[in-house]
Amino acid sequence: MTVQMERKQAAQHVGANDREITLEVKNLKVYYATPTGAVRAVDDVSFHVYKGEILGLVGESGCGKTTTAMAILRMVQPPGRIVGGNVLLDGIDLVGLNEAALREVRWNTLALIPQGAMNSLNPVMRIHTQIAEAIQTHEGRQPKDKLKQRILELLTMVGLPSRIYDMYPHELSGGMKQRVCIAMAIVLHPSLIIADEPTSALDVVVQRVVGQTLLDVKERMNVSMILIGHDMGLQAQLVDRIAVMYAGHMVEVSPVESIFAEPLHPYTQLLIESIPSIKERKPLKLTEGITHDLRNPPPGCIFQERCPKVMDVCRADRPWLRPIKPEHYVACHLYE
Amino acid sequence: MSEPLLEIKNATKVYGGTGFFSKGRTTVALQDFNLTIDAKPATITTIAGESGSGKTTLANLVLGFIKITDGQVRYKGVDVNTMSSGQLMEYRREVQAVFQDPYAVYNPFYRVKHIFDMVLKNFKLAKTKEEGRALIEDALNVVGMRGEEVLEKYPHQLSGGQRQRMMVARAYMLKPRLIVADEPVSMVDASLRAMILDIMLRLRDEYNISFLYITHDLSTAYQIGDNIHLLYQGAVAERGNTVKVIESPKHPYVQLLINSIPVPDPAVKWGGEEVTTLDDEQMRANIASGCRFYGRCPHRMDRCLKKAPPLYSVGEAGHEAACYLYTPETEAVR
Repeated sequence: MTVQMERKQAAQHVGANDREITLEVKNLKVYYATPTGAVRAVDDVSFHVYKGEILGLVGESGCGKTTTAMAILRMVQPPGRIVGGNVLLDGIDLVGLNEAALREVRWNTLALIPQGAMNSLNPVMRIHTQIAEAIQTHEGRQPKDKLKQRILELLTMVGLPSRIYDMYPHELSGGMKQRVCIAMAIVLHPSLIIADEPTSALDVVVQRVVGQTLLDVKERMNVSMILIGHDMGLQAQLVDRIAVMYAGHMVEVSPVESIFAEPLHPYTQLLIESIPSIKERKPLKLTEGITHDLRNPPPGCIFQERCPKVMDVCRADRPWLRPIKPEHYVACHLYE
Repeated sequence: MSEPLLEIKNATKVYGGTGFFSKGRTTVALQDFNLTIDAKPATITTIAGESGSGKTTLANLVLGFIKITDGQVRYKGVDVNTMSSGQLMEYRREVQAVFQDPYAVYNPFYRVKHIFDMVLKNFKLAKTKEEGRALIEDALNVVGMRGEEVLEKYPHQLSGGQRQRMMVARAYMLKPRLIVADEPVSMVDASLRAMILDIMLRLRDEYNISFLYITHDLSTAYQIGDNIHLLYQGAVAERGNTVKVIESPKHPYVQLLINSIPVPDPAVKWGGEEVTTLDDEQMRANIASGCRFYGRCPHRMDRCLKKAPPLYSVGEAGHEAACYLYTPETEAVR
């Protein structure tokens, strides 16, 4: 109960521009211990998520997107470890919580839609049993008719017909299974949902349906979301702000309109240029990509080895995230 | 006119129906599919469609992994099913594959040069070690890599893009005429995707290698493909020149697909009509008779339920769509 009260107080906490902040990540560091040194999967990452917005977390595979999400949930598996930093959800630092307190937070206030979520449904349980299980684990036993009512409402909310209530997962298509997972994520009215590549295995039509469901849920519940992905097209359609990660570092954070109008960091420019267009047929943009060894990052900027605009200062000093335009932050020496 | 390189005639693949439990329950994965790839010039033919549309079934048929139920796959005029072992060996050498997951195809316990050594051994490409080494080096150079940098490494030490490029190099080493590329870039990062697509273009133009490019991603198909066949539930919905089809799609399903591609511009939101999806049960019910897209189609008519529509010509250069909206009679009314 104390957690609940603290949450209420923390709700007063507001951001610089008077928008309420749901999640604040400060100087988060997650290292993986290996025999040849620690791999700095997430190195000094800070960002925040406002109430009722979708923050897109993008970057190539291995850049630390999923590790960041797992650290927020305190689900980093050994040999990984949160080495430093704070994760403030509604003002409570999750990094310091013990297992019992974490259990209160997980699913109640912080829900996850994992990668390939549709494969996480139990194949031998009917849809309603799985959803009921999520409710009863956290809220205790419920009267049958009330539970059914609630599950049916939930299915309507994610745009699913009520006849799937009694179905098994194999009877549903991939997109429907994914929406069942979204339904399970919102069942306890969390304040933050982390969706890890929620549409990665789906084809474009279904991807669009699932994406619109996410937007719909956000609007109706005023919930905050972190949407992890690498498809910039999809991000442009769904998110309010984008945070770009490269090799464990945050390189640019910006409102979505601003970043697509004028991407500042060379890596972001590369990401946006590499989206194949269906409007015009143009020569492909080639980039050689070898990232440095994450065990011993070079001094200076982490992107120096791939950057087309690298300067001497980039090899010596590490650039820090700083605002260039309102709400548009970039870590690059080009803008000093 | 010269013999086409690959000719697929009325290919049909039906799964199931023979097992004890699945007697009578069959899935038609591919229905009366036709495709011709000319020997010259080399082309990139795209097979596109959503999951379950039969595109991988087609790839497996061409590669000889599964047996065809009805119809023919002919390579240089010879039916693949009736080839002699010598012809089959040549077919296996000239038709190569690049798969989706560039990690799963490597044995993690061997250094990556193992995949090249296997090819050299199985097809007896080189008489001496030096000759073999030169062939490997040459193949790697084509994809922009150097042997000394990568050959002695283990698969996990390479990036996804590098691994996939090595698979293309391996295929190239056999001097194939056709490469079946099953989703070669779907698991590679966006920033590295362009490089692999560029290699495909170069192999087509400089080395006269044709591609059967299987993908669900229409935007990459649009960038590199010459011809496209769009499958829906095992049947061709629309086919023709890639640029023509994607710039002016005719079939309602293809229109829906193209409208659903997210535009990388926050100001341009998803266009077109509201989208509906069906669960598997309903999908199957719709296939029994008539047009497979009936349940989701915004323009459905009564006749669509009676018989599946054949391909009607809807434009120049063999642009065809399987939809009753484009019969000569309805065209006249419009």
